[in-house]
Amino acid sequence: MTAHAAGPGRDAGELGLGYFEQMLRIRALEDEVQRMFTQGLVRGTTHLCQGQEAVAVGVCAALMQGDTMTCTYRGHGAVLAMGAQPDAVFGEIMGKAKGLCGGKGGSMHLTDVSIGAYGSFAVVGAHLPIAVGLAFASRYLEDDFVSVCFFGDGTTNIGAFHEAMNLASVWKTPTIFVCENNLYGEYSPYRSTTPIERLADRAASYRMPGVVVDGNDVFAVHATAQAAVERARSGLGPTLIEALTYRQVGHSRSDPAKYRPAGELEEWVARDPLVLLERQLLESGLDPSRLQQVQDAVTGEISDALERAKSWPEPDVETRFDNVLI
Amino acid sequence: MTSVTYRQAVARALADEMEADDSVLLFGEDVGAAGGVFKATEGLQERFGPRRVLDTPISEQAIVGCAIGAAARGLKPVIEIMFADFAGVCFDQIANELAKYRYMTNGQVSVGVTVRMANGAGGGFGAQHSQSVENWFLNIPGLKIVAPSTPADAYSLLREAIRDPNPVLYLEHKHLYNITGPLEGHDPATIGQAKLVRDGSDLTLVASQLMLHRALETAAVLAEQGISAEVIDPRTMVPFDLETVANSVVKTKRLLCVQECSFGGSWGATMIAALVGSRFEDFDAPPLIVGGDETPIPFAADLEAAWLPSPERILEAARLTMAY
Repeated sequence: MTAHAAGPGRDAGELGLGYFEQMLRIRALEDEVQRMFTQGLVRGTTHLCQGQEAVAVGVCAALMQGDTMTCTYRGHGAVLAMGAQPDAVFGEIMGKAKGLCGGKGGSMHLTDVSIGAYGSFAVVGAHLPIAVGLAFASRYLEDDFVSVCFFGDGTTNIGAFHEAMNLASVWKTPTIFVCENNLYGEYSPYRSTTPIERLADRAASYRMPGVVVDGNDVFAVHATAQAAVERARSGLGPTLIEALTYRQVGHSRSDPAKYRPAGELEEWVARDPLVLLERQLLESGLDPSRLQQVQDAVTGEISDALERAKSWPEPDVETRFDNVLI
Repeated sequence: MTSVTYRQAVARALADEMEADDSVLLFGEDVGAAGGVFKATEGLQERFGPRRVLDTPISEQAIVGCAIGAAARGLKPVIEIMFADFAGVCFDQIANELAKYRYMTNGQVSVGVTVRMANGAGGGFGAQHSQSVENWFLNIPGLKIVAPSTPADAYSLLREAIRDPNPVLYLEHKHLYNITGPLEGHDPATIGQAKLVRDGSDLTLVASQLMLHRALETAAVLAEQGISAEVIDPRTMVPFDLETVANSVVKTKRLLCVQECSFGGSWGATMIAALVGSRFEDFDAPPLIVGGDETPIPFAADLEAAWLPSPERILEAARLTMAY
């Protein structure tokens, strides 16, 4: 059931510029978060997604209002791609009262239900059954909404992945499983922990389509996601998408990623999703000044958002008792 | 009022809530066509159809997770985990997802899931099909834990659990399924409220589920000996109604807890720690616990019977308390 989905390539222009802006916003925010952690301005840990932006943006662009998205602790990009406000994202990462979750969640639990971002989950694989439930509700309520979940290559080896894929297929829930194969599960190359090369092959066991896509090509990702979303909306059930991409940073703040083979990072940086998209846009005839305008606007937006979030108050300590139960 | 079994009370509560609200649905292993391994869901699929009563694969993580997702979209799923011991298979989904989803999102999501499972030793099911698991979850804020002991309470508490917008672990007891009683008491049970089952003045016995029935037997024997035991059924482990127990101890000055589990980290130990901390002066004797041994639950009939608190062991502890 494995097939390579080809990107449209020529479909650029305004649409592509929109993707460029979203991907750049994620990159700029992640770079800023990395700086904040390096400078010790924030506590805990963080898991960044530089190099994987095209997956989140390409997939979320295929969604409509009412669809739901769940993701992992490496989820800043996916939540932004759903439309979360950068200041509220920064605010949550800094544990501010006006952060997305009032400071209760932090970097690993960004959630904004108002835009369909139903949560970032920090136990590997745990949100996949939940994503099946979000999709099941669509079938039960007879609406058209689909449920997308993002996860890493490491997740394909945990039990919850298999239970969720199986149930989704048996019940034909409108779930789109998006595996971001970034080559590493924490510090270990997936090839050292996984007996198969193509993770999309897992789909065959559950009799659902398994599609491999170049995860650094936002057009290809979007086309693949669009097909899976249409399939799900029409009642045909779930799809597993394996997006081939690369984590340009370590697993978390404490990981310098010294385990990478020489030259690997450079090879992938040459195929950076933003570089690829910029090239596609310029080849399609877009005026370079448009890209620069977007770049300037996003840089300003992220910098303003960060300053705003920094100025917000810390949560009142009494709020720690709120929302345990209703 | 007609008498029903505990099993029928569970089925009736499910049916009545499903009848009242289309967002209530039921799924789990064999709950549909087979009517449940313990037959507590018999007839429900026939009545409400496979849209609302669904059989699942043997996938406890998927069952709990799917319920969480469905609840996040406003449905009110009731799920069955069959033998409570299997909560171990989906511990992450219950402990880290179900219990924390609302808190981590600062209230953006509410997770009104009812998780039914069957507690209970005494039937020769061995170490992996006999445990009472409420204590596994006592230390996880974000969950309510309910453990009914009578048909009337099973009915009222299940209806309330389903209506509750919070996650509720609803523990049935497999050796109570056949007991009979009226469907509704004069004063329907409510989550968080203990029940004074028998009035007394000399000693307070606190016990739940099968142990409640053994405590009542013991109280009858004690009465013949001139000792008046008050018996309280907590009915809910979280939130625990400490006040009802405290009020009884003010009167009796003596407390004995009977529980179907070992001591460490148990609800009885928690209750006693709280009472000793806040009401030390009320006690004339050290509060005691009669519980299961500190071993897995053994299989052979004599071994299992010895593991469970017997009426004799309860009586012995009661005498010890009275003699202090």
